Amino acid sequence: MVDILVLVGVFLVTFLVGVVLILKVPPRLHTPLMSMTNAVSGITVLGGLLLFSGEVETSWCIQALGAIAIAAGAFNMLGGFAVTDRMLKLFKTRD
Amino acid sequence: MNNYIIEIAYLFATAMFIFSLHWMNDPKTSRRGVVAGAIAMFVAIVATWSAPGVTQHWWIILPIIPAAVLGYWLAQVPLTAVPQRTALSHAFGGLAAGLVGTAKYFYWRYCVADPAMELTTFRMCAIVAEIILGYLTFTGSLVAAGKLQEFKWLPQRPWVYRGQIYVNLGAFALAVLLGFLIVLVPDGSWSSAAFVLIIILSLNFGWMLVMPIGGADMPTVISMLNAYAGLSAVAMGFVLNNKLLITAGALDGSSGLILSIIMCKAMNRSFLNVLFGAFGQVQTSAAGEKKTAKSETPEGAAQILEQASLVVIVPGYGMAVAQAQHRVRELFDQLTRRGIDVRFAIHPVAGRMPGHMNVLLAEAEIPYDRLIEMDDINHDLPQADVVLVIGANDVVNPAARSDKNSPIYGMPIIDADKAHMCFCIKRSMNPGFAGIENELYYADRTFMLFGDAKQVVGELGKQLAGNSGIH
Repeated sequence: MVDILVLVGVFLVTFLVGVVLILKVPPRLHTPLMSMTNAVSGITVLGGLLLFSGEVETSWCIQALGAIAIAAGAFNMLGGFAVTDRMLKLFKTRD
Repeated sequence: MNNYIIEIAYLFATAMFIFSLHWMNDPKTSRRGVVAGAIAMFVAIVATWSAPGVTQHWWIILPIIPAAVLGYWLAQVPLTAVPQRTALSHAFGGLAAGLVGTAKYFYWRYCVADPAMELTTFRMCAIVAEIILGYLTFTGSLVAAGKLQEFKWLPQRPWVYRGQIYVNLGAFALAVLLGFLIVLVPDGSWSSAAFVLIIILSLNFGWMLVMPIGGADMPTVISMLNAYAGLSAVAMGFVLNNKLLITAGALDGSSGLILSIIMCKAMNRSFLNVLFGAFGQVQTSAAGEKKTAKSETPEGAAQILEQASLVVIVPGYGMAVAQAQHRVRELFDQLTRRGIDVRFAIHPVAGRMPGHMNVLLAEAEIPYDRLIEMDDINHDLPQADVVLVIGANDVVNPAARSDKNSPIYGMPIIDADKAHMCFCIKRSMNPGFAGIENELYYADRTFMLFGDAKQVVGELGKQLAGNSGIH
């Protein structure tokens, strides 16, 4: 029970930190912000990795689901970072 | 690597994610933010991968390589296609969450000695949330990406029918109800079938949610799907008892939520209205008396622009579709060379994703300090000599201020009608996406420049370049 409360607390605190930080991002950076947080949601690859960490023998079905999940998460993450950096390179002030 | 070190690595990664969002608040530090985010992700993956028990390395390496190549390749799309790339990326994030939830349920159900021990009530709640959010984000984002890419076989206009909201809500409610049942009985003889049924319902709910939405409402939808993808990662963190999944997902979820609230405010819609997908209906405009709009030639418009001292340009989705941003830059150069003050008025929902116009104009190397947000530019508009509207429609419609019967009444707009003179570049007099007549086009001080945005703006720039030879 205590473990669950810790997890929920971690969620609430980070969510609030996120809200405070996002409100400070100016609208002109909203598109890069979204592809950036989109890349961060590629953190789901960790879930795929953890599927392969059990001591118990898993079936090939579960391995296949995990492999697809890793591919999808990695696509999300790498593409997100790449396109964000490409956009941010373009933001310039008057020289 | 032992668990203690992994926890420290996760803490470090969370801190880096927070710093990366912090650095996103200024264009000067924003690239540092991307580097911080990438480092955090790298540390997180290495720490998880090197955990004791991860032995099946080929199952991990083989999928990562093609996905990385494909992801990098798709990141090279033209910047006008960034909204659909982002939607596609959301789809895969959601899919990953859904698949991990599915795999984990069946693993605990069939591969461990004591399923009842593993399938606790808390875990089952989290798994149900994870798969519903994950799979609905998957199909919802795919439809959003398809609509943004303007595939012929997908209707661009909202797809609506009578009772749609009840069908959608019914599918969602049924999925939640089944989820509730398998939380109570996670290992009954029918539980696996119910689990699969939840997946099917969520997949269907996702596309049905996005089908009735289109065009100008896309920025809200994309932000919403962003939040769902983040929240499904949070749910995954609860399932796997992994704090980093929770923190990273929470940051993503808060970002999506805040952006969708900002988009809602910019369109004067309630957040609940968006959550239940009951928006985007085609508005039928009442047939009023026939009014005529005056048109002007690029030559004439160029001469007037030349005499101005303050020009405000209002870009919209039409500029993106026509890929006119580089021509706009040439026009900007011609005008600033003459000492004319040129500012860009950016409406929060202009384009198809939050901040879309800023990125396109940045691509065309227009200095970002020339891009002014709606509230600030509205103070300047009464002093503006000329407003040039490029492919924007509803965001400059004065009916939002004055006509209580208009569907967009109350939506904050850019006061283009308050300038001394207004030029609107438009293909034809067809009403915009929302199907609402725009009073601005018939105002005394408004002149239409008919044609493709890229062509007309290019023509204006050419005229100005030619004229400067005479001076």
